[in-house]
Amino acid sequence: MILDIERDQRRFKQIVRGKIRENLRKYITHGEMIGRRGKETVSIPIPQLDIPRFRFGDNGSGGVGQGDGEVGDPVGKPGEGSSGAGGAGSEPGSGHFLEVEVDLDELAEMLGEELELPRIEPKGTASIMSDKAKYNSIRQTGPESLRHFKRTYLNALRRQISTGNYQPDNPCIVPIKSDKQYRSWNDVPRPEVNAVVIYMMDVSGSMTDEQKQIVRTEAFWIDAWLGKQYKGIEKRYIIHDAAAKEVDENTFYHTRESGGTRISSAYQVCAELIEKSFPVSDWNIYCFQFSDGDNWGDDNQKAFELLSDKLLPAANVFCYGQVESPYGSGDFIDALRKQYSDNEKLVLSEIEDREGIYESIKTFLGKGQ
Amino acid sequence: MAAAELGKLTPELAAIQVEIEEYARGYGLDFYPTIFELIDADQLNEIAARGGFPTRYPHWRFGMEYEQLSKGYHYGLQKIYEMVINNDPCYAYLMRCNGTIDQKMVMAHVYGHCDFFKNNQWFTHTNRKMMDEVANHGTRVRRIMDRIGVEEVEDFIDICLSIEDLIDVHSPFIKRRNTADRFDFTEETRDDSNKAPRFDAKSYMEPFINPKEKLQAEQNRIDEQTEETPCPETPERDVMRFLLEHAPLKAWQADLLSIVRDEAYYFAPQAQTKIMNEGWASYWHSTIMINQGLTAADVVNYCDHHSGTMASAPTQLNPYKVGIELFRNIEDRWNRGAFGREYEECDDFAKRENWNTGAGLGREKIFEVRRIHNDLTFIDEFLTLDFVREHKLFRFGYNPNSEAYEIESREFPKVKRQLLESLTNRGRPMISVVDGNYKNRGELYMQHEYSDVELQMDQAHDTLENLHRLWNRPVHIATFLEDEQVVVSYDGSEHHLRSGNAEDLADDSEDAA
Repeated sequence: MILDIERDQRRFKQIVRGKIRENLRKYITHGEMIGRRGKETVSIPIPQLDIPRFRFGDNGSGGVGQGDGEVGDPVGKPGEGSSGAGGAGSEPGSGHFLEVEVDLDELAEMLGEELELPRIEPKGTASIMSDKAKYNSIRQTGPESLRHFKRTYLNALRRQISTGNYQPDNPCIVPIKSDKQYRSWNDVPRPEVNAVVIYMMDVSGSMTDEQKQIVRTEAFWIDAWLGKQYKGIEKRYIIHDAAAKEVDENTFYHTRESGGTRISSAYQVCAELIEKSFPVSDWNIYCFQFSDGDNWGDDNQKAFELLSDKLLPAANVFCYGQVESPYGSGDFIDALRKQYSDNEKLVLSEIEDREGIYESIKTFLGKGQ
Repeated sequence: MAAAELGKLTPELAAIQVEIEEYARGYGLDFYPTIFELIDADQLNEIAARGGFPTRYPHWRFGMEYEQLSKGYHYGLQKIYEMVINNDPCYAYLMRCNGTIDQKMVMAHVYGHCDFFKNNQWFTHTNRKMMDEVANHGTRVRRIMDRIGVEEVEDFIDICLSIEDLIDVHSPFIKRRNTADRFDFTEETRDDSNKAPRFDAKSYMEPFINPKEKLQAEQNRIDEQTEETPCPETPERDVMRFLLEHAPLKAWQADLLSIVRDEAYYFAPQAQTKIMNEGWASYWHSTIMINQGLTAADVVNYCDHHSGTMASAPTQLNPYKVGIELFRNIEDRWNRGAFGREYEECDDFAKRENWNTGAGLGREKIFEVRRIHNDLTFIDEFLTLDFVREHKLFRFGYNPNSEAYEIESREFPKVKRQLLESLTNRGRPMISVVDGNYKNRGELYMQHEYSDVELQMDQAHDTLENLHRLWNRPVHIATFLEDEQVVVSYDGSEHHLRSGNAEDLADDSEDAA
């Protein structure tokens, strides 16, 4: 029996991989999919390779359908499922992709698989335990809203059969009080591993919307991946120009300041934040900093001091992404490279444009720290 | 037999099979022996991905199909209930996790399909030992892969698949010409009919009896008279065969091309009779289940699944639904005698509605219909105004302003026309080879029979590139773009698009040369 479908599947994936890269990249840079993130699901395409054929083009799209409606009523949009079994055009409107809704967890899984990201090993031992209520048991009493319908009726049925009250021709089952079963909970102790992601972004005049979009997309994927690794991940946002402050997510992405750049100011705020809220012993700390690298010259020294003394010892990993800006890129990344050439915790990445996001994510998360 | 090693039926299911088979025979269904295999969802997806044949040749697209089927299954979007293979014996796969009543219904459905495979005219020329044939194909492809290399072979199969639908679905029934046999190794006899006749002469008399100038003059006259026979003599719809016979293919390439072609011919009738085949099977599962198969306890389950099968989306005509309703409609009309001239000419609605001559020919008629029709003729002959109205069929089209599909019309002729067009040539463009020696340069020239719908250009370009790789000389296809005649060409390095008639263009280029 020759049923080696894995072989075909593997080949398909190999072929697509060249293509998937393309797609994934294209799709990572798609702003729209971040917009849909609130629903906890994201629609992603299943790749499909089409063998070219002579087929009918667009002007024949349409077909025969069935149902109610007046002439002119819309019956569907292109791309919504497959359309037109009787379509004159072969498959009107259906692109080469089948869209599937997946939740973020699965998405992260796929991202990990695609980028070959290692699982992250949480730092330290999980010393904190927390109790969590889990509905995993049954009781005889409880509020009606928690009644276990199936078990209740099963009990009633059992009772009626055993007492001979059940008639197969007229299966009427009436539960009485003693039949009733209710869902109930137990407290399950759970080790807690905490993680916090601290994003820092340069919002000085030289960072344009394009750069911010890149940062935003990258942050989305980082969230997705880290969120998969740690339950209940905390996020903090710091923006800076010559001075830094902690802001909420929305402000982080939409602030535009002018003025100079003093990276040390962000480091300062970050260090304070860690000290105040996220004791190193209990938290896995991830720092991501994005800038165009145009730091004020005399600030580098101060920034390095903070980095060496406070941030690097505290963080699992400190990632610096330098986004290329139309005003030319600074040299902060070179300075960092020179200063910390042998530091494992510091990860550097230059992001030239949207296409660069893919590689950059791989660099940042590829170490599994 | 590979498939026989799969799951056997449980005793319970085997008993059901015996029961259902008896019902089916009782109704006059006629089928090959049918073997049911009980397999789980993953296996079913695997087999379905390979078009029903576990032993099919290896190719990435089966992996793609599998990926989609299994993802669809795991996300709960779709589920295959059953799968039947047109073969003698018929193989049918049942999914292990289906409930007993589902299996019963599926079996009844399967017997409908088996009867259709055996009796429908369009299937008469399909290979009934396809299970074995496909396994052989698999072996051949694997051997070629071992010899030539996986990459190259798969690449070539992709090219063949690209022209897979350029076959002539009617050719099994009409002998259009004697086909050149690939396995004919008899030596070619010299054909002297085009040579100038000469008298027998001893060699020293030759210049006197057959003078050179005379011979030459005679030869010229004959050459002028006999026009070169074009190749192909008549336009050839079976592009794959034309290429098999004339393209400069290596032996292994020809082998692969013929494998793909054989399978295309095997599957073609299934594409041609989708509505009828599913309709017929559904008609029988419903008839058998309702009359005999169901117990009171199963009714709800059965109805749930039956209606699930029959559900139709607004932009997707469900072949099961249309098929079963049309068969029922035909049965009803022929039972009432509601056909023929007298009925057609009656325009009193009430009278038509209550028309009943007590003819009682319904069953007989639908058996006849399942024998001789395919979807195209089925719809053409039996889709009536009343039916379209009753089943609320409409024609929809894309409205670029609202970026949505909208109902365009509920008028009977338009709906019917749209449906017929979509079924003509299985919904594919009709393309034939007109000249294998276009411009007298050995270029391939094909004609698309234009019927108001243009070819999709990007795909056409890619297909031409693939054809070029088979033909090794420039390839051309004549079609229409924006209501203008054009010839799309690929010469091995770039695509050309010239407007005008192919013959004129050929003449032009000859003049230029």
